[in-house]
Amino acid sequence: MASRKSQPNRDNGDKYSILLPTYNERENLPLIVWLLVKYFGESGYNYEIIVIDDGSPDGTLEVAEQLQKIYGEDKILLRPRAKKLGLGTAYIHGMKHATGNFIIIMDADLSHHPKFIPEFIEKQKEGNYDLVSGTRYQGNGGVYGWDLRRKLISRGANFLTQVLLRPGASDLTGSFRLYKKKVLESLMERCVSKGYVFQMEMIVRARQLNYTIGEVPISFVDRVYGESKLGGNEIVSFVKGLLTLFATT
Amino acid sequence: MTSVTRTSQLRGANAELSGLAAPGRVALSATPPASAMTKLLQWLLGVSLLGAVWALVTFDLLGLSLPRTYREVAWPMPVYLLVSFGCYSLATVGYRVAIFNDCDEAAKELQEQIKEAKEDLRKKGLKM
Repeated sequence: MASRKSQPNRDNGDKYSILLPTYNERENLPLIVWLLVKYFGESGYNYEIIVIDDGSPDGTLEVAEQLQKIYGEDKILLRPRAKKLGLGTAYIHGMKHATGNFIIIMDADLSHHPKFIPEFIEKQKEGNYDLVSGTRYQGNGGVYGWDLRRKLISRGANFLTQVLLRPGASDLTGSFRLYKKKVLESLMERCVSKGYVFQMEMIVRARQLNYTIGEVPISFVDRVYGESKLGGNEIVSFVKGLLTLFATT
Repeated sequence: MTSVTRTSQLRGANAELSGLAAPGRVALSATPPASAMTKLLQWLLGVSLLGAVWALVTFDLLGLSLPRTYREVAWPMPVYLLVSFGCYSLATVGYRVAIFNDCDEAAKELQEQIKEAKEDLRKKGLKM
């Protein structure tokens, strides 16, 4: 198999490292990688995909190895870990191996579509933003597969957060973002929260440190395979996290 | 910012060692100033300022002998403010739920691309 395709490189030295933390994403991983390759190929930006698999029992890693053979070891990097250790440490782990000067974080479950990445990159260049965040709440942004209850909780939680924290960004719990590498490094040092609150804390700390934030409307297509979770526990831990940030930042 | 040099160090032969694992080391990086007051304190400050003004007018604490109408207006003001904020919140959230985009097109596009991707990946020799 031809593993080294020459990309129509945009010669400005910028390179984008996409971090894909996975756990049981055997179905989704090939698809997300295919889409990433497609859109980066079309736009011509230099990139690498770093798969951080947390010991998935479903064989995600074997699929990733096959993908590496297909697309090349310079494009697909495998940085597996032995067991599930959480999102925050996955980013740190992945970032250690990233050679790009920009880092893109996104979910590997296809709820974040790679077609938006060129828009993220253009947005970043437009204002030299320190981070660009995808937003479901503005412009053409939106969601698919959410019922009224889910929408109400989402909008309500977002409103409450806006009132209490005034973070200067419209989507705080989304996890589709582009960071300058050094910015992500400095944020990772400071963020301690878990789950939804982790993404929120990243934005709040970014604002606190006077980093600039750009936003790009995205459509969020809720998990095609597997169940998405929003139960009482998530809501309670969200409120706890919100109040913690309220009191400490 | 010292970050430029740090980035190049990271790219160097020792990338493995100079990573983020050691928080002590990374703390050396330039830290932009953080705002000193927490959001909680800002709120407390704001609320107590408003409360003070309200108490001054309502109970005429400074002995300014303000006209009676001032006091009558000021007295129920906190309730008015709360109620109107509540209404504003409900209206805003309700409106935003109503205009929340359903991205049917995006879902359809994705489904088609999934089909295309599966076919292409099979051709490239991926065993799913």
